[in-house]
Amino acid sequence: MTLARRLIPCLDIREGRVVKGVGFRALVDAGDAVRLAAAYDAQGADELAFLDITASTEGRRTFTDLLQRVAEQVFIPVTAGGGVGSVEDAGRLLRAGADKVTVNTAAVDRPELLAEASLAYGAQCIVLAIDAARREPGRWEVFTHGGTRPRGLDAVEWAVKAASLGAGEILLTSIDADGRQAGYDLGLTRAVAESVPVPVIASGGAGSAQHILKVLTEGKADAALLASLLHFGRTTVRELKSVLAAAGVPIRAC
Amino acid sequence: MKVAVIDYGRGNIHSVCKAVTQLGAEPVIAAEPTAVSGQGIAILPGTGAFSDAMTGLAARGLDTAVRGFAAQGKPLLGICLGMQALMTQGDEGGTRAGLGWIPGTTRLLRAGGRKLPHTGWNSVEFLRGSDLTAGIPSQTYFYFAHSYAVVPEDGFDVIGLTCYGERFAAMIGRGRIWGVQFHPEKSGRQGLRLLANFLSLGGDPR
Repeated sequence: MTLARRLIPCLDIREGRVVKGVGFRALVDAGDAVRLAAAYDAQGADELAFLDITASTEGRRTFTDLLQRVAEQVFIPVTAGGGVGSVEDAGRLLRAGADKVTVNTAAVDRPELLAEASLAYGAQCIVLAIDAARREPGRWEVFTHGGTRPRGLDAVEWAVKAASLGAGEILLTSIDADGRQAGYDLGLTRAVAESVPVPVIASGGAGSAQHILKVLTEGKADAALLASLLHFGRTTVRELKSVLAAAGVPIRAC
Repeated sequence: MKVAVIDYGRGNIHSVCKAVTQLGAEPVIAAEPTAVSGQGIAILPGTGAFSDAMTGLAARGLDTAVRGFAAQGKPLLGICLGMQALMTQGDEGGTRAGLGWIPGTTRLLRAGGRKLPHTGWNSVEFLRGSDLTAGIPSQTYFYFAHSYAVVPEDGFDVIGLTCYGERFAAMIGRGRIWGVQFHPEKSGRQGLRLLANFLSLGGDPR
């Protein structure tokens, strides 16, 4: 008996709709969020992630409403984030029905936010999101503001510091691999997973069950985030899980 | 059918309420003793620290109400911290007496160097049958988020075990009082089935 590796469908939300991009750009509409969330739950998803990529105040309200509607009909853990800048923002998402909250740009600007949020709600519900791009072999740089702004921070060092401050989990996205469906950045994932004492969710690049298998074994990730692969109907959580289970990965049967 | 969801000001009770609604019953948020005693079936949820929970229950007179409720043989389900509160005592935040329905203690999980809190999907091995696990196979995965575990004195009170560094009681039961360390309201289809099994006892007084 051991903790199961998790498959986490991720829904990027803009103005209440699911969208998906390539390398953080070229967004396309991928459908209705509540309908997709219910479908992934039924397929055996272990958790769902909702990231608000809307900038406007009005969009924020739409996102909170959406989260409430999802939480009414989904009975697995829900992680939400996007634009969380304060302990109050985190509380707003938790009250709307999220079980965990991701923090990204604001934590780079002011790392103490992780300690404050963790003290207020418990480390198990504070997830640090890192967007990173490869700079040279074995070195990745942290980007903020939706992957547009390089911050001169080393991704592995930032992950270690964040975990010591109170991040209970790291959601690690490779900007290079995102949306390309050509496989996760195994080097980045493994470098972070081997350096922090908290679970790492690998994100960016899932194009097949083999990619997921690799990131959960060679990449040492605890969980894999999935978007394009599922949204466009190429496969289902159930199919992916049967491949992983057959390969001996501890997986929750569904 | 109405279900008392006991609210002692600690932790998120909304997910439990939503799951109860989804299963066709009506959650009644019970923050005072009469709201508990007026119902035939109750859920004691909760996240946070043991001593904090006991303080919250006592401050509202809910500790006496819950003891009385259970003494009448009405079905009660404690979830996570609510399960731990059923024990004789706990040592999170200083040693403190619990509700005393299940003899035993609550102490920090001996995770053998593994990360705490124990957060995620883990499997539960059922040691014996129970009304709540009808139709659910042994070794089913449920969702956990906790650092402390209960240690019942009487092995017969243990219904299910989970392993995380050590084997601990993930599900307990004595008479019509049950406790689960995991969150059935966050455990997908099988979690809802367990809750539905519990709610089905509400229309069946013994």
